Amino acid sequence: MADERLLLEARHLSAHYRGLAALHGVDLAIAPGEIVAVVGANGAGKSTLLRAIAGQVATAGEILFDGKPIARLAPHRISRLGVALVPEGRRLFPRLAVEDNLRLGAYARRGPERFRPLDLVFALFPRLRERLRQRAETLSGGEQQMLAIGRALMTAPRLLMLDEPSQGIMPRLVDDIFAAIARIRASGVTILIVEQRLVETLAIADRAYVMQTGRIVLAGAAAEIAGNAEVRRAYLGM
Amino acid sequence: MSAALIAQVALGGLLMGLVYAVVAAGLTLIFGLMDVVNFAHGALLMVAMYATLLIHRATGLDPLLQLPLVALLLFIAGVAIYRGLIARTLAVRVNAGMVQIFVTFGLSIFLVGAAEFLFGSDFQSINNTLLGGRTFALNGIILPLPLVVSGIVALLVFLALALLSRTEFGRALEATREDHEAVALIGIDRDRVFGIGWGIGTASVGIAGVMLANFYYIAPDVGTNFALIAYITVALGGFGSMFGALVAGLIIGLTEALTALFIDPALKQIGIFVIYLAVLMVRPRGLFGRL
Repeated sequence: MADERLLLEARHLSAHYRGLAALHGVDLAIAPGEIVAVVGANGAGKSTLLRAIAGQVATAGEILFDGKPIARLAPHRISRLGVALVPEGRRLFPRLAVEDNLRLGAYARRGPERFRPLDLVFALFPRLRERLRQRAETLSGGEQQMLAIGRALMTAPRLLMLDEPSQGIMPRLVDDIFAAIARIRASGVTILIVEQRLVETLAIADRAYVMQTGRIVLAGAAAEIAGNAEVRRAYLGM
Repeated sequence: MSAALIAQVALGGLLMGLVYAVVAAGLTLIFGLMDVVNFAHGALLMVAMYATLLIHRATGLDPLLQLPLVALLLFIAGVAIYRGLIARTLAVRVNAGMVQIFVTFGLSIFLVGAAEFLFGSDFQSINNTLLGGRTFALNGIILPLPLVVSGIVALLVFLALALLSRTEFGRALEATREDHEAVALIGIDRDRVFGIGWGIGTASVGIAGVMLANFYYIAPDVGTNFALIAYITVALGGFGSMFGALVAGLIIGLTEALTALFIDPALKQIGIFVIYLAVLMVRPRGLFGRL
């Protein structure tokens, strides 16, 4: 039975990636409005989990979004339902202008409201407004991450999945990114985040899952996981 | 040899070059979009020419007036080729490039064979057209009207392609070309963009076919030479570059005409290959290539 209070639910999710078993029977549940973090060592399967939800990795098991099964849908269909992934490496369109990257985010949507998320994007990342005509490839790492998040927001997602948003970013911009994530949640978007920066991530997250070799080994309130020295030593190497 | 004659030959070469450029535009569009070299491109030119011939015989409709109709038919053919053949090759995990070459090459052999079976291998031509037999004269330079109009139509095709690239779909096409996996993240259906890309690329070669049918012979293997020139044009202009295809087409048309005039008509393609080899040695990615 689907729990109607959940926005996303994964049940017994398994996936193979490049011939290796990357997910083993993962169960995950996200309620509307939450920030949920997935933490764990490199190779634990965190990115594969996000890619599986986005439809980019073939999976066994069930994924319910808003109560409807999405595990067999093509990636563009999942995006149109309101699940956005900001992937590792950002995957911008490097030779297109910043403005084109943003507007293309709304490509699959129709109606006069389609470009409305631009207001939120510019409020979060004023720098992007100053660089609308520049090619995406000319932006700094931090600006590219802002653009990747902005492009995802243009799809008007209900669930925004972020894969290592702080990677390759100057330290002083990292705080900006985390502040933006909190504001995105405040605008009504549910967030699933995978991150290496545990302190900052667990500080903004409501709940967290700890992954190890493709399994969820621990789940709980983010504050508890952050506060538990044994957990940090055993699973998170800190 | 008078200056007027040289100017006339050069202009004629540039006009033919515009037709070459349109053939190359279709090829480079599809290659740029998805890294597939369509070896059936020449056969599709031939299909467009026979379609023009058959429609002319059946209805008397002038080739020039058939332009929208044949372009639409070839657009549909392009979408069908993508859906029926090319889309399936994208799922191939081993040697996908080879599979794509064999599929399009096989399609070419099939289309040329079918044309021979249906129409025989005799040369045919369309007579009594609006443009046929007329000339265009300016300051002592005389050019065949079908060639002049073909050049104008070719420029209009490039104008249309340039305008398309400014539309929202054009941006989606460009985005798909840059990262055909990432477009799915923003809800763009890659298969739909690829299919329409094949449709546009094939419609371009269809337009070239209709214009050629005005003044060129029609035979099952007529596309072979045009395809060869199109591959050179694409390589010279730079793989995937539309502007490069236009410039390279003009260079090739001009070179061909001047080689025929100054050396020997039978050797007209020698000049093309010399320029091509020279460019490849100096600038292997072509004039405007991004590879």
